[in-house]
Amino acid sequence: MAYKTVVEDNIDILVAGAGLGGTGAAFEARYWGQDKKIVIAEKANIDRSGAVAQGLYAINCYMGTRFGENNPEDHVHYARIDLMGMVREDLLFDMARHVDSAVHQFEEWGMPIMRDKEKGSYLREGRWQIMIHGESYKPLVAEAAKKSADKVYNRVCITHLLMDDAKENRVAGAVGFNVRTGDFHVFKSKTVICGAGGASNIFKPRSTGEGSGRVWYAPWSSGSAYALMINAGAKMTQMENRIVLARFKDGYGPVGAYFLHLKTYTQNAYGEEYESKWFPALQEMVGKEYLDPELSHATHRPIPTCLRNHAIINEVNAGRGPIHMVTMHSFQDPHLEEIGWHNFLGMTVGQAVLWAATDVDPKNENPELTTSEPYVMGSHATGSGAWCSGPEDISPPEYQWGYNRMMTVEGLFGAGDAVGGTPHAFSSGSFTEGRIAAKSACKYIDDGKGEGIKVSDRQINALKEEVFKPMEHYKVHRNEIVAGDVNPNYLNPRQFLDRLQKLMDEYGGGVTVSYVTNDKLLSIGLKKLQIMEEDLEKIAAKDTHELLRAWEVKHRHRTSECVLQHTLFRKETRWPGYYYRGDAMKLDDENWHVLTVSRRDPKTGKYTMEKAPLYHLLDKTELAAAE
Amino acid sequence: MPTFVYMTRCDGCGHCVDICPSDIMHIDKTYRRAYNIEPSMCWECYSCVKACPQHAIDVRGYADFAPLGHSVRVDRDEEKGVISWRIKFRNGKKDMTLLAPITTKPWGTAIPNLSEAPAPTKEQRDSQLLYNEPKYIRMDDGGIHTLETNGLKMKQGVYY
Repeated sequence: MAYKTVVEDNIDILVAGAGLGGTGAAFEARYWGQDKKIVIAEKANIDRSGAVAQGLYAINCYMGTRFGENNPEDHVHYARIDLMGMVREDLLFDMARHVDSAVHQFEEWGMPIMRDKEKGSYLREGRWQIMIHGESYKPLVAEAAKKSADKVYNRVCITHLLMDDAKENRVAGAVGFNVRTGDFHVFKSKTVICGAGGASNIFKPRSTGEGSGRVWYAPWSSGSAYALMINAGAKMTQMENRIVLARFKDGYGPVGAYFLHLKTYTQNAYGEEYESKWFPALQEMVGKEYLDPELSHATHRPIPTCLRNHAIINEVNAGRGPIHMVTMHSFQDPHLEEIGWHNFLGMTVGQAVLWAATDVDPKNENPELTTSEPYVMGSHATGSGAWCSGPEDISPPEYQWGYNRMMTVEGLFGAGDAVGGTPHAFSSGSFTEGRIAAKSACKYIDDGKGEGIKVSDRQINALKEEVFKPMEHYKVHRNEIVAGDVNPNYLNPRQFLDRLQKLMDEYGGGVTVSYVTNDKLLSIGLKKLQIMEEDLEKIAAKDTHELLRAWEVKHRHRTSECVLQHTLFRKETRWPGYYYRGDAMKLDDENWHVLTVSRRDPKTGKYTMEKAPLYHLLDKTELAAAE
Repeated sequence: MPTFVYMTRCDGCGHCVDICPSDIMHIDKTYRRAYNIEPSMCWECYSCVKACPQHAIDVRGYADFAPLGHSVRVDRDEEKGVISWRIKFRNGKKDMTLLAPITTKPWGTAIPNLSEAPAPTKEQRDSQLLYNEPKYIRMDDGGIHTLETNGLKMKQGVYY
């Protein structure tokens, strides 16, 4: 192979993927490891990479403890309610008790955070959300990461984790390639903090052609967080918990500020309130404990995101769509109107482009909403990710094995989408998780746990061959055909992505089937994914850009497989509005008030599924009621 | 939409190539100017638009749902710490300019260099505290929240 190999040796902490989680990790690692070698590898440019590349107009996870607003357990309770009980409350409490320190540091570094002029506290959009001018959120945290890191490798896509040849189940670094030069990069490291992203584009999007780039989660979120960890044999949790978003149609512009701050609301095509009529039947599906509109009305107990989706989906299927966001009242106030537009420009410019293109002025008409295709990630209103150890002062024994945020592979830590069971972390919580993981990784190294790592040339050479195989394969078979992309011996990355999306949509519960699947469909889907895996050996890349896309689709494929395995395992409908198991249309607490945990054996490719106990964080009132 | 590049404005400097999170802004080998090689993987994130010193890059809404004839332009000024936007509707009836701050401090100056911070003590290492804590995580001078301080217990079972 013509591409040269670049080895970076003796790394203490390798940050694989530097979005909000990875930048938080790199920044904090320098404090606890002032003498340590910290290296970042990122497939794009850390100044504008990850889900926050285009900025944010809100920070959605901020307690305001110092202003007397919330305590960490309040946020845990909120996340528990929103995710129908299925969360890791030890990890959530841990994130929530630290997150304010991250947010206040952002402000010290120069982030414009809006203030409530009367109270002096941050301007609230909702109970957990504060408003920011965050166009430069990512460049700002990248600056902090760059100050701390010894080296930043931009445009290096990590394809595999390296495993220690001296000790079973211990990480030894990672490998990848430079998407511009094609150089093969070997990072030998005592620890790896996985900051890679969740998965967009694994389910067929509503948009077609060009518009398929306008996914809700960034198109470059390729499920690499999951694939890297699954392939290393790490246990995963809650991978069935995909998320569907109710958003402005086509542009997928955010609705949070509209609901919470601008006080807009939704109605059906005929101007009617529609939610309440779907709630009685829905209550029968999930139980009164999970949906009690009267109680919610009286106590402000939130109605879970998925259940609100359920009402939209059913109303549209009943023929009374589209659903509209009623903006015409609020937007008469010029100040609120300006906020509405700034909200898009700060984080989803494409929605502003679309409204300009379609002459939608929300002052004069109520824009359409839709429910998106499903996404797999772990930091919004969903908690897919790796099964991680929790903090020693909080976690019960089943959740704790030594190092906070370490996975079931030794030396492998995670943050953001990589960590399972921690929804509602958002940007600030992901950054915070990175900080926690970094401190923990430093301790692991100081305890001597990373000593004596061996990486054989055999492992490196085998991986190098695998990484560049799509380009070799292209070279071998390209000239069998005259021109074009139809070849009997290979498919290109786009062709594989289309195949994956169609399959996941139809068998895994995507938009075209109204998010419904069942055991039979899932089993067929898994079989098709298996065959696709065989075909992926024949993926062809004509240049290094396509090689990037080839590895992204391979990562998406592995993520998808794990999603279907988990979806098949959990025989109930836990989150109506995210997806439905047609063969088990009810929530079933008797059998499924548990977290699902999987492990894929890297040698055989077989999955083992298990149920992990659910611990809840109870306060004095709940404890008294429990006794 | 995707981004596109005006032929007469682009000088091929490659800032967009450096910054694009999706690796889709490349330099055309014949014209020596940048272009979007894969519009269906473009998020309209405007990273390249903001980075272009020539204002050569613009966005045309996604072909499958956005009619032609609109414009959303931007100028991001790091030195002044502001970003300004201009939105023009297809029907010409709306033409808005919006201005927002992007930073309150000169770029990068307020971020501490942690290799020069006083080294953490053993006590800090053994605690649950992160850098700079407990500052900002409590209203009073108290320490970090724990199960004990907040009167909480982790309990197995079905709770809502």
